[in-house]
Amino acid sequence: MTYDIIIVGGGIQGVATAYELAKRGAGKILLLEKTFLTGGSTGSCAAGIRAQFGSPFNVKLMARSLEIFENMAKELECDNDYLELWQGGYLVLAYSEAEFEGLKRNVEVQHTYGLKTNVLSVEEVKKAFPRVNVEGVYGATYHDRDGHADPFHVTFAYAEAGKRLGVEIREWTPVDTLLTENGKITGVRLQDGSSVYAERVLVCAGAWTTSLLKTVGIDLPLWGEKHEILITEPWERLLGPMVISFSRGYYIQQRPHGSFIMGIPPEDPRHWYRPDEFDFSSSIDFLLRMSSEATNVLPFLKGVNVVRQWAGLYEMTPDHHHAIGPLEDISGLWVAAGGSGHGFMFGPVMAEQLSKWMMGEPMDIDLRPLSPDRFKKGALVIEPAVVG
Amino acid sequence: MDDNKVIICRCEDITLHDVRGAIEDGYDSWDKLKRYLRIGMGPCGGKTCRLLVLRELSAIKGKPLSALYLRENVIRPPLRSIPFKALEKEAHL
Repeated sequence: MTYDIIIVGGGIQGVATAYELAKRGAGKILLLEKTFLTGGSTGSCAAGIRAQFGSPFNVKLMARSLEIFENMAKELECDNDYLELWQGGYLVLAYSEAEFEGLKRNVEVQHTYGLKTNVLSVEEVKKAFPRVNVEGVYGATYHDRDGHADPFHVTFAYAEAGKRLGVEIREWTPVDTLLTENGKITGVRLQDGSSVYAERVLVCAGAWTTSLLKTVGIDLPLWGEKHEILITEPWERLLGPMVISFSRGYYIQQRPHGSFIMGIPPEDPRHWYRPDEFDFSSSIDFLLRMSSEATNVLPFLKGVNVVRQWAGLYEMTPDHHHAIGPLEDISGLWVAAGGSGHGFMFGPVMAEQLSKWMMGEPMDIDLRPLSPDRFKKGALVIEPAVVG
Repeated sequence: MDDNKVIICRCEDITLHDVRGAIEDGYDSWDKLKRYLRIGMGPCGGKTCRLLVLRELSAIKGKPLSALYLRENVIRPPLRSIPFKALEKEAHL
């Protein structure tokens, strides 16, 4: 079987890019997923979307991504209830004077790109968000278009829209090896031994990307880092914004569905390159640390029940930015992975811009600085506003 | 029997009609139904609905239950809901 483009990976990145490519007339597209759509990092993520970053690059990208989320229901022919789009803002709390100054610098960058982020004093936080415990807080920033979208439904909506445009999706179809001939990609061999062929292959396999690229001798410094999350029973709306602290690491948000979803990074993060090392077990350590932090910041949570916890992988790169673009060493091989904890929220804009790049159209936001070959050249991209 | 009146998932108010429709739309495994309908994500953690859903999948696909587990069975803790106040107390022991 021969296709124009084979995409490996059925998370937000792969599925959204399949749709965007189909929309731009990229020809016959096949998407291969090892398990089911959202079966990897997309489906275990915390579902937050925010433009409150610190580097101009990320702010620009996320400003556009928020726009795409806001218009997604129309674009993908579904509705905002299905997408569980909720824009209750992100309330970023500062726990020292220095941290507050840093957040204010980020806000200046955000203002440059047209975002209306507010800087709040402690008094203003207390007034606007009376349920938040401001003990130890020096100030905060708040951007009201940040919020939440359901990673499952967003991915499924892209998949359905892609299928309507002719994208073929095969689940439960793990890829074993990338195939090359004379330095050019020719397709992929599946784990069942059969092969599918295409002139271009795009790998969007999250933390599984590294081992796939290794099958053609490419070393990408991209690893999986285990992070844990929990979720509660649903309640009536009690909390509008995502409450987050970069220095303490926690983030807590009430979903449109009513449940509270929250996480806190591991104290001693473990890194894995090989899928056979990936560990998705849940720990009591996380559960207790999270409970302690959550009931401290939002004391009303004490009476709320935890119903489930799970673990997923951040797909990390040395500078916490995506590795996205063509690989110099093998023509026709592209990669889009390494969201470093932000893959879901960046997914829509990365898909849009990447599809333009792949189709030879001018990009609105130049992704070339995020080329996967930047690591061997030492051209890293720096972002100050991240958790963990 | 009206499948609109048969509740499969009490936590999320999902009926047999919803489940059948979702399976027809291609959400044809426990893992996908869960992510599409939220079935099994409520306080019961799937203890009420899981077998009911698997039986329906089995009947529609004509496969035995044992053939429906496409990946390792994932049960996520805690087994029963726990209030934060109990956990927070535990954390400060």
